[in-house]
Amino acid sequence: MTKPEINMKNISVKELIINNIVPILFICICAVGIPLSGYSGSYLLNEILSRLGRNSFLVLSLLIPVMAGMGLNFGMTLGAMAGQIGLIFVSDWSVVGIPGMVLAAIISTPISIILGYMCGTILNHAKGREMVTSYIIGFFMNGVYQLFVLYLMGSLIPISSSELILPRGYGIRNTVNLESMRKSLDNLIPFNIFGASVPVATLILVAIFCLIIIWFRRTKLGQDMRAVGQDMEVARQAGIKVERTRVLSIILSTVFAGYGMIIYLQNIGTLNTYNSHSQIGMFSIAALLVGGASVDKANIRNVFIGIILFHLMFTIAPTVGRNLIGEAQLGEYFRVFVSYGVITLALVLYEMRKRRAERIALEKGEEVAV
Amino acid sequence: MDLNTVKAKAVPMIKSFGLPRLIITGFLLLMFVIAPFAGVNVASGLSNMFTRFGMNAVLVLAMVPMVHSGCGLNFGLPLGIISGLLGATMSIEFGYAGFTSFLMAIVLATPFAVILGAGYGVLLNKVKGGEMMIATYVGFSSVAFMCIMWLLLPYDSPTMVWGYAGTGLRTTISVADYYGGVLDNFLRIEIGHLVIPTGTILFFALLSLLVWLFLRTKTGTAMTAAGSNPVFATASGVNVDRMRILSVVLSTWLGAVGIIVYEQSFGFIQLYMGPFNMAMPAVSAVLLGGASVNKASIANVVIGTLLFQGILTMTPSVTNGLIQTDVSEVIRIIVSNGMILYALTRKQEVTR
Amino acid sequence: MKGISKEFSGNKVLNDINFKLYPGEILGLVGENGAGKSTLMKILFGMDEIRETGGYGGEILIDGKKVTFNSSEDAIKAGIGMVHQEFSLIPDFTVGENILLNREPEKYSVMSELFGKRLNTLDRKEMQRRALKAIERLGVELDANKKISGLPVGYKQFTEIARELSKEDDKKEGGASSIRLLVLDEPTAVLSEHEAVALLKAMKMLSEAGIAIIFISHRLQEIIDVCDSIMVMRDGLIIRHVDKSEADVQKIASWMVGRSVKQERVVKADRTVSDEIVLKVENLKVEMPGEMVKNVSFEVRKGEIFGLGGLAGQGKIGVPNGIMGLYLASGSVEFEGKSLKLNNPSDPLTSGLAFVSEDRRGVGLLLDESLEWNVAFGAMQVKNRFLKKYGPIKFRDNEAIRKVTEEYVDLLQIKCTSTKQRARQLSGGNQQKICLAKAFALEPKLLFVSEPTRGIDVGAKALVLEALRKYNEENGTTIIMVSSELEELRSICDRIAIVHDGSIAGTLNATASSEEFGVLMLGEMKEARE
Repeated sequence: MTKPEINMKNISVKELIINNIVPILFICICAVGIPLSGYSGSYLLNEILSRLGRNSFLVLSLLIPVMAGMGLNFGMTLGAMAGQIGLIFVSDWSVVGIPGMVLAAIISTPISIILGYMCGTILNHAKGREMVTSYIIGFFMNGVYQLFVLYLMGSLIPISSSELILPRGYGIRNTVNLESMRKSLDNLIPFNIFGASVPVATLILVAIFCLIIIWFRRTKLGQDMRAVGQDMEVARQAGIKVERTRVLSIILSTVFAGYGMIIYLQNIGTLNTYNSHSQIGMFSIAALLVGGASVDKANIRNVFIGIILFHLMFTIAPTVGRNLIGEAQLGEYFRVFVSYGVITLALVLYEMRKRRAERIALEKGEEVAV
Repeated sequence: MDLNTVKAKAVPMIKSFGLPRLIITGFLLLMFVIAPFAGVNVASGLSNMFTRFGMNAVLVLAMVPMVHSGCGLNFGLPLGIISGLLGATMSIEFGYAGFTSFLMAIVLATPFAVILGAGYGVLLNKVKGGEMMIATYVGFSSVAFMCIMWLLLPYDSPTMVWGYAGTGLRTTISVADYYGGVLDNFLRIEIGHLVIPTGTILFFALLSLLVWLFLRTKTGTAMTAAGSNPVFATASGVNVDRMRILSVVLSTWLGAVGIIVYEQSFGFIQLYMGPFNMAMPAVSAVLLGGASVNKASIANVVIGTLLFQGILTMTPSVTNGLIQTDVSEVIRIIVSNGMILYALTRKQEVTR
Repeated sequence: MKGISKEFSGNKVLNDINFKLYPGEILGLVGENGAGKSTLMKILFGMDEIRETGGYGGEILIDGKKVTFNSSEDAIKAGIGMVHQEFSLIPDFTVGENILLNREPEKYSVMSELFGKRLNTLDRKEMQRRALKAIERLGVELDANKKISGLPVGYKQFTEIARELSKEDDKKEGGASSIRLLVLDEPTAVLSEHEAVALLKAMKMLSEAGIAIIFISHRLQEIIDVCDSIMVMRDGLIIRHVDKSEADVQKIASWMVGRSVKQERVVKADRTVSDEIVLKVENLKVEMPGEMVKNVSFEVRKGEIFGLGGLAGQGKIGVPNGIMGLYLASGSVEFEGKSLKLNNPSDPLTSGLAFVSEDRRGVGLLLDESLEWNVAFGAMQVKNRFLKKYGPIKFRDNEAIRKVTEEYVDLLQIKCTSTKQRARQLSGGNQQKICLAKAFALEPKLLFVSEPTRGIDVGAKALVLEALRKYNEENGTTIIMVSSELEELRSICDRIAIVHDGSIAGTLNATASSEEFGVLMLGEMKEARE
């Protein structure tokens, strides 16, 4: 009797490492990289705090679809687009500071809802392939977004500010200056620690969002989403409206991603009209996965661990590259590689685990039958 | 009454042809019709279309084996492209010139394609059902990894490395002195504005024939069956996993050859992030040609590439002529991704 | 208390079924697979399936009043609860959460005013209370806070039943009547003996509380132990409806399988089978979900038609699937004196075995390919037939493939527009014939046929059986036929082995009496012997 138990333990230790391979890998990378980069502690702390403030909201917005079993929402770029459209309008109307951010959020909401509804409906037609589909939806909507921003804005949609419009008379410039609201939220409540400025107000907002997510898990809708996420058929038999619940989860994620994008851009201070949104999805997902989340399981802890580890790597990579080989470019490429590599690894592990679980379930079923 | 009968006949026809394809074919025809009014020469438009067809067709052909074996759309095409790039750069490094350098590029790319493809195939066998998403990211990671390698690998041909540093490959490398245009200029037809890159098209035809023949062999038949119904294939004594790996190797090798053909026509090798977004157009082209996630034929490749490249070449010139605006980029994004979305959301034809 | 009575009359699958049920009565419903038990219960429960397929005839009366259920929700409102064979439980939820799935009590919250009712928070305390109440009524020990995924099957079953019971609490709010009738569809099939005993006890408790129960089971002893009356169904008819005092295992068994009209044996009486053993299976174990084979040994003689019978889920289908390498198997299989490699589909095929699978659409056919491909593929891969060789490269010989397909289309009278037609477009019977053609094209020495007549019409059935018989006669091919329909086996087989609970319960000559077979199928004889 004892032998199998020991075996079980061995497997579980191994399993523990396999299950957390991504965070462990990252801790190693950071542990080696930090001394090599030669950055001071306070610089790193400052960087991490600021990145924690600007990215948390975006990454948190990914949690809801995971709960509903729809995997990593690569369609969060849709929310980011909505947020950017909000910001473009606000800067055209020269509403500055916090009021500007609030107004942008208000504008982004209906756009996010419409886009989220669309995305959710499409995903309901591609059950079991949600991730790759949402990923393509992101690309597809990028085209529509470009059509909207590059051709329609300034021609059909009135944009008056000449600072925004391309010289040819329509279309938005490549970069939109958000100096007027730069760090307005981060610096709303000034606070410094060890020479690092803490974006208190932003972090408070993030904390509130965390509370909302915790509360949401306890609501009827949250419970339904968990049920749908685990077994659509069972949930349907119990009378839960599966399709509707799934669409709602995507809408919520999209809306929050929109707000997250606004918070992100107020920290950066400039909007890269045609690029900001396309990268943010990948970085947010990579960060979540680095935190130990998988396609079907993600919690708030994963979000914060992930952001800290991922962005630590992100900050130090170019310098390490320069110090090691004398080529900063190398570090740049390295961090791109790691971002994609992490997502690949996490996806592969998830699929392999899923198949192993199926096997174990089969064997268990047989044991019971015997 | 009449309208109804027309409708009754037309609806199944449209269904079998696919509404999106119908719209896009109509759109392309419209482009050719209004081209003269926009001051665009139809003949040069056609020439562009044929040139780009030649450039891209092999890359699109690289989709076919994997779809046949049930591995889904080859979003991992960059892996094949990387093998091709390795072959191309090595061929230049070793100083081959002319047609030899083209052949050597393919020969040198082959071992990489086989090894990478086999590894990739083994990986895909472990993640059955989630192939497409993982393929996409395998493609991306490998491109990013190669970015590092292009900097570090010990190349030293002066045409390829950065002039000032003496190490690290350039982002674009001209192949004019090596195999640039070796196929395009072979038996090239020029009638006024109409130019047809006969050699490239012939080369594509040759590869297509090989693929077509392969699919008619015993092994090819087994591969198709493995994709159509893996359980059936297993029950008939076929090793499905091995068939899948074989198809991935084939697809990867075709991807490698495809990029070399592309370069000889384009005139440059694009390294670093160059291969990053090459999978999407190839995927959507084959879908546009009538393939689905689990069925693809050579005809799909030809029709799809022609349509897709036709749209790509005609829209910028026509819209430029008409409204002095280039919306081709936006149209490319919407068409290519819309096509993929359409394929992904279609009810699976195979019940399994 | 008023009596509950129900009457059905329909046709085809169910023919003029009439029965009554009193409060607190436990009715045992037995019958072979396909006897119509499930359909009957689906009608009772107002399942969508029934309405989509054209509704039913006759009427259901509750308390003397006619009721029509437009959906299963109506049935639930009327106080009918049903526990299905497959669990519908969410694995990562606790027992309590599963009991109250989508019927969770809610607490009012401000947010719900703004965004609708679904943002009410759950009332965990009330959930716990209701769950415990339901579990208590069932009289079993079950921790409401344990996760379902970690529980043994028996407890999952209890959770399902507790869910039905807990629906009473909603009904108080909804104003509908409390639970009156519970349908349990083979609840003990997956349970261990200990768990089954607990379940039977729980059933008695419920019946004492006035809840009527319809209990479907293949374990006759259980039925006799717990039921007040027993109803035996066969071919959509009620054969017997008796009080339990009038029934015993032997009788029920013969009612279940016995047929008034005997199917003629079509095999020639003077046929002789050699004594040479061609296939020898020893201690075969196959892990096929739902058809586990635990320990099967048998021998088949050359040229014989050997039948494997038994109820569904007992493992008979696992036998050919295991031997042919489609499911994980262990043990030893000897064919013509050579031992076959298990778990390797190509070894039995190259040794001259062939298999017509019971899963026609899943395993048997390439639905999206032409008939030609379907017929020729196996032979091409295994026997290298229908190939043209050019040096080392082997191409398909499309001409030969077309010819052989046409041959079989004629021979088996397959109805199709052309040999290029896709297999998907054929009817079930014709698809089955294609599967046979595929196996014949392999020119096997031994042919496994699994459930060859499942889901096809009577005419096609006769044709398929005739084709098998003829093939055996003309080519001397040994055939092992697996079927749930005993009569079908008896009509063409020489000997029939009955599989029960993953092993062979006994082997009989096809001419043995129905009673003998019936007893073997229910595994009672073995238990009596032990």
